Amino acid sequence: METKTNSTPEAAASSSSLQVALAWVYVGVPLLWGVSQTFIKALALFK
Amino acid sequence: MATDSLLDRSRTIAGPGFNRWLIPPAALAIHLAIGQAYAFSVFKKPMGALISGNVDAPAPADWTPAQLGVIFSIAIVLLGLSAAVFGKWLERVGPRKAMLASALCFSGGFFIGALGVHLHSIWLVYFGYGFVGGIGLGIGYISPVSTLIKWFPDRPGVATGMAIMGFGGGAMIGSPLAVALMDHYKASAPMGVAPTFLTMGLIYLLFMLFGVFTIRVPAEGWKPEGYVPPTTANAMITTHNVDADTAIKTPQFWLLWVVLCMNVTAGIGVLETASPLIQETFSDKSMGAGLGVTAAAAAGFVGLLSLFNLLGRFFWSSASDKIGRKPTYMIYFGLGIVLYALVPTLAASASLSLFVIVSCVILSMYGGGFATIPAYLRDLFGTMQVGAIHGRLLTAWSTAGVLGPLIVNFLHESQKSKGLTGAAAYQTVFYTMAGLLVIGFLANLLVKAVDARYHVKEAAAPKVAA
Repeated sequence: METKTNSTPEAAASSSSLQVALAWVYVGVPLLWGVSQTFIKALALFK
Repeated sequence: MATDSLLDRSRTIAGPGFNRWLIPPAALAIHLAIGQAYAFSVFKKPMGALISGNVDAPAPADWTPAQLGVIFSIAIVLLGLSAAVFGKWLERVGPRKAMLASALCFSGGFFIGALGVHLHSIWLVYFGYGFVGGIGLGIGYISPVSTLIKWFPDRPGVATGMAIMGFGGGAMIGSPLAVALMDHYKASAPMGVAPTFLTMGLIYLLFMLFGVFTIRVPAEGWKPEGYVPPTTANAMITTHNVDADTAIKTPQFWLLWVVLCMNVTAGIGVLETASPLIQETFSDKSMGAGLGVTAAAAAGFVGLLSLFNLLGRFFWSSASDKIGRKPTYMIYFGLGIVLYALVPTLAASASLSLFVIVSCVILSMYGGGFATIPAYLRDLFGTMQVGAIHGRLLTAWSTAGVLGPLIVNFLHESQKSKGLTGAAAYQTVFYTMAGLLVIGFLANLLVKAVDARYHVKEAAAPKVAA
């Protein structure tokens, strides 16, 4: 048992692994895009 | 009102089966957005040429770099102030309402700023992006932190490291996004700035709303499955709580204030000087024709430092869960003193690769300093009002944000006025920064467990954050 119940109709909905994966994609894609842009810029240092 | 009830703390309590790994993305949605503030410099040149339309030939009525620099300064000062002022409110109303307030202020800052750019009113931009947006930064920065600590009692450093890493990553998204949007809109508005502000305000509002409606607080008494709170005595990790008003009366709070302020001031010293230092030190003159560091390569170096700033936030904060907060800051300061003092020597000996490696390690510890502090506060003051205490501590960041550039520019200019050039002109800057780290090292050394007289008596503990 991971949680202690104190549910409301909204909060009672359990979160699936799919929800977690989608949430990480939502924030991960822009972050990876930003990191890749920075990495490409950083490559100029090694040319 | 339906919206009010949806935002209430009681509506954010997680039900059974809720997966706590949804909380870091919710926190990241806020931090990745507000981290855009560190990319504000991308607007400086276009905003300084709104009338002339030519960044290389601004008109007399165009805004000056000094006027534009004030926008970021207001935002950073407001970040610290609003985090300090609204911390207790956040603990009372819960993370969802606070995150919504942050989203509305941050995006609202862009919208007001867009009007300021459209009307060419610098005061409106100061009020919009600087003042209103700055409040959004402060509330947003602290809003998910205490919730993360409560969801991850077994690894608070990992949890806060992930969120605060997002703040570092925000600039990496904000900068190319702004460049692309300004390029897209440049035909329809002066330099494309006003519509870019509007578009970014809208994008960030939608992005942050995901965090607002995903965030949950754990139910009272919740623990991760299989988690057993440590039973072995560790004086540096309290099982008690200290409220925010009492925390600022303890020496520990002010020692950590000095720790954060010194670490950030020293890091800003590197960030401020990185591009000119590498170009002036490793020029064609010292490296040989065609072998010097170009402006593009220097920009790449700054990008590399940003990456290590981001990675350090997660790496060092996670490591602090294993080795302890105090030893982690001992590493930041102890290793930092050696590396800062080494930079002028490496620069003088033209060891470019070593110079780059040392600078990257320094920046990783600068980022780590930000990310490890919430867990350090939790260890010393408990979880009850850690968000509010963290908010008050962030005034150290605002102070460093003003102090760092002032010290660096003053020292560098005074060395140049003595006729020193290249690496020699930066030598005093780095030795001074190493000296600041000595102060931070001593402050950290003096941190001891909080005296029991400051603890909240269990029966009197206010019912705040779940």
